[in-house]
Amino acid sequence: MSIWPGIPKQASGAIARKRLKLLLVADKTDCSPEILEKMKDDLVHVISNYIEIEKDGIEIQVVQSRSIPTPRRGPVIRANIPLRKGTGQALHTVPSKRT
Amino acid sequence: MSEVIVITSGKGGVGKTTTSANVGTGLAILGKRVVLIDTDIGLRNLDVVMGLENRIVYNLVDVVEGNCRMKQALIRDKRYPNLYLLPSAQTRDKSAVTPEQMTKLADDLRDEFDYILLDCPAGIEQGFWNAVSGADRALVVTTPEVSAIRDADRIIGLLEAAQMREIDLIVNRIRMDMVRRGDMMSIDDVIDILAVNIIGAVPDDESIVISTNQGEPLVGMGSLAGQAYMNISRRVMGENIPLMEWDHSKSFLARISSLLRHA
Repeated sequence: MSIWPGIPKQASGAIARKRLKLLLVADKTDCSPEILEKMKDDLVHVISNYIEIEKDGIEIQVVQSRSIPTPRRGPVIRANIPLRKGTGQALHTVPSKRT
Repeated sequence: MSEVIVITSGKGGVGKTTTSANVGTGLAILGKRVVLIDTDIGLRNLDVVMGLENRIVYNLVDVVEGNCRMKQALIRDKRYPNLYLLPSAQTRDKSAVTPEQMTKLADDLRDEFDYILLDCPAGIEQGFWNAVSGADRALVVTTPEVSAIRDADRIIGLLEAAQMREIDLIVNRIRMDMVRRGDMMSIDDVIDILAVNIIGAVPDDESIVISTNQGEPLVGMGSLAGQAYMNISRRVMGENIPLMEWDHSKSFLARISSLLRHA
């Protein structure tokens, strides 16, 4: 239920779910959600050195792997990084390393 | 083939003891030979939930230390003659037994019983390892709340690392009215987050408080929680029973007919 008209407030159950998903990965990988965010930014930056990406629609998550059965299942990085339409051309030379 | 099952959670107060008492009693009602073992040394509660607190003579620690024979410590439930309780000690602590001793104790009971249920204490210290080491499978109890789910995830990780052969989840104390409003995570949410197989879901039910007050497990009786626990007992035995639907917004008659369809 929203206190302010016109501003949709997310239900607390959905908030809890989102927080838990981040939290459980942070617990397992022993790093904070902030560090994970920084890792995602770095990933996007490095990949865009090689190929043009569509910045909207990037999804990078660290999730519990489902395809590997117990007890070897653990966290995996799952990334959807859309490539920019129309160009589809990777760089033909490896760019010089930038930090 | 006997099964040693540990009921654990990590988080305290989510319903391990209630689940142990009711699933164990359910299995006995279904004709199995069952022994419930309270492994929470120092904070015993399975005895009082079962209503057997006045019949304790010897306990788990007495058996491990050789002060008595197992038969002397086991309390036979007069309501269900194939159901026994091995109570814990109240004046000792978790260091009184070791995982190896617990494993041997559980193994020694395999000839006499079909199901050996170990009610595990909260936490991840020695009490947890005492209960887990001798078990063939684990039932992890959680509620649909942030802290409980976080702790359940940790416990599942520890169980997997210890190569527990089978891990099944029970989601307890669900309030369907809150789930429908979006103020409580649903069963599907919890399964999605924890990524383990679910073996049962139990609604929050006032009958549980009453049943503990009286020392009478309510499994198999008319309440929603009672039916949910009986379904879990059946699923433990391998029966394939769909999860119940509880919809408190439906009319009384609609609810009864849907119970009859799914019970």
